[in-house]
Amino acid sequence: MGLYRDEAVVLRTYKLGEADRIIVLLTATRGKVRAVAKGVRRTKSRFGGRLEPPSRVSLLGYEGRNLDGINQVETVDAYAPLRRDLERMTDAGALVEAAEQVGREGESDPGLFKMLTGALRTLAYSPQRPALLVGAFYWKLLAAEGVVPVVEHCVACGEPEVVSFDVASGGTLCRAHRQGAPVDAATLAVVRQVLGGRLVDALALPASPEVFAAAGMATAALEAHLERRLKAVHLLGGAS
Amino acid sequence: MYTAAVQDLIDELGRLPGIGPKSAQRIAFHLLSVSKDDALRLAHSITVAKERVSWCRRCFNIAEVQAGLHPGSGLAQHAASEPAGDAHTVLCDICRDARRDPKVICVVEESRDVVAMEKTREFRGLYHVLGGAISPIDGIGPDKLRVRELIARISPEGVEEVILATNPNIEGEATALYLTKLLEHLPLKVTQLASGLPVGGDLEYADELTLGRALEGRRTIGG
Repeated sequence: MGLYRDEAVVLRTYKLGEADRIIVLLTATRGKVRAVAKGVRRTKSRFGGRLEPPSRVSLLGYEGRNLDGINQVETVDAYAPLRRDLERMTDAGALVEAAEQVGREGESDPGLFKMLTGALRTLAYSPQRPALLVGAFYWKLLAAEGVVPVVEHCVACGEPEVVSFDVASGGTLCRAHRQGAPVDAATLAVVRQVLGGRLVDALALPASPEVFAAAGMATAALEAHLERRLKAVHLLGGAS
Repeated sequence: MYTAAVQDLIDELGRLPGIGPKSAQRIAFHLLSVSKDDALRLAHSITVAKERVSWCRRCFNIAEVQAGLHPGSGLAQHAASEPAGDAHTVLCDICRDARRDPKVICVVEESRDVVAMEKTREFRGLYHVLGGAISPIDGIGPDKLRVRELIARISPEGVEEVILATNPNIEGEATALYLTKLLEHLPLKVTQLASGLPVGGDLEYADELTLGRALEGRRTIGG
């Protein structure tokens, strides 16, 4: 039985048996881990309250044959302000859902862990809810996966003036090759801000049609990459 | 491998939650080994429960068809065949009890939570069972819960207080936040169960969120 210590974000939980839970974690050094936490559904559990999504925890785990086990848990950041705001809570759900889909078991991905903890911290502690946070996270996730759609020019001919965006074609298209949904220059400017190293400026943008459109493009592209529909982002009229 | 009857039994048992193929096989062989009376009693209990038990038309708690309506009667069959969420013909024991205070409604996620609340013997109002909780990650939104039915009860029943007793986890809290937003404009008091330390627990093992909330919700006991 190999013991290990790691930091992790709780992505989701499933009930198991009478009082146990399967906890899906994104760890800092071991990638995605599925582990059993015994007795955590009992009110007297020593660490049940710490294993709630999207808490960031420090844990002592052990390797199991199919599922790992969790021995001890300490909270690093419970992102408590998220729990007082339904919209931020839904956004957090959208972040952890995407991280769960992208994360791979047994494959270390410190970049994804850093991105997720950074996004959760920004979401929890920003005075105003950043309108583009989920969309920006999705764009960055696509970039990290190496599947970010082309947004600088027409994906078919390289023409700089583009009028539409089509996930199946791989990005933006010019008038001659247009396909998919129309896209305007303001929306593309927002996307280029996110991907071009001006994330802080992009996150400061207030809610606007361009911001929603940029987030919607990211959601469509990520859903196409994952080949499944993301649930949380579409709930309560999120960035869809 | 097995005769058709045994295989059917294993297949049916295997459809139950938490029962895998091996467990289904074990239970099936246990049922074959017990006396005929014992096995038929189990079958009868399942049949009776399915015939008599339905959802309360008012609070959506589990309800049994009232005395005098025999299983197999038109009303019992109608109640049993209706899916959850539609108009129902039965009221649960709590909604039928005239001694309960109809002005206070305790909102819970599942019928099991009603049982937990009733065990306290502290609550004398009525309940409303939502049938789950909002879960962004599972795509469960308010439209999949019995929220509309709750709102529809407020005015006709003259409700003065709604107690939110959803689970103190992320889904339960999302649900409570949503309901608070929805109810805050109505002329009633919206309260939530306190969150804090379990009786018999050790302070040193309390997690930061729970302890923080216990501090937040502390009350004056003297001075």
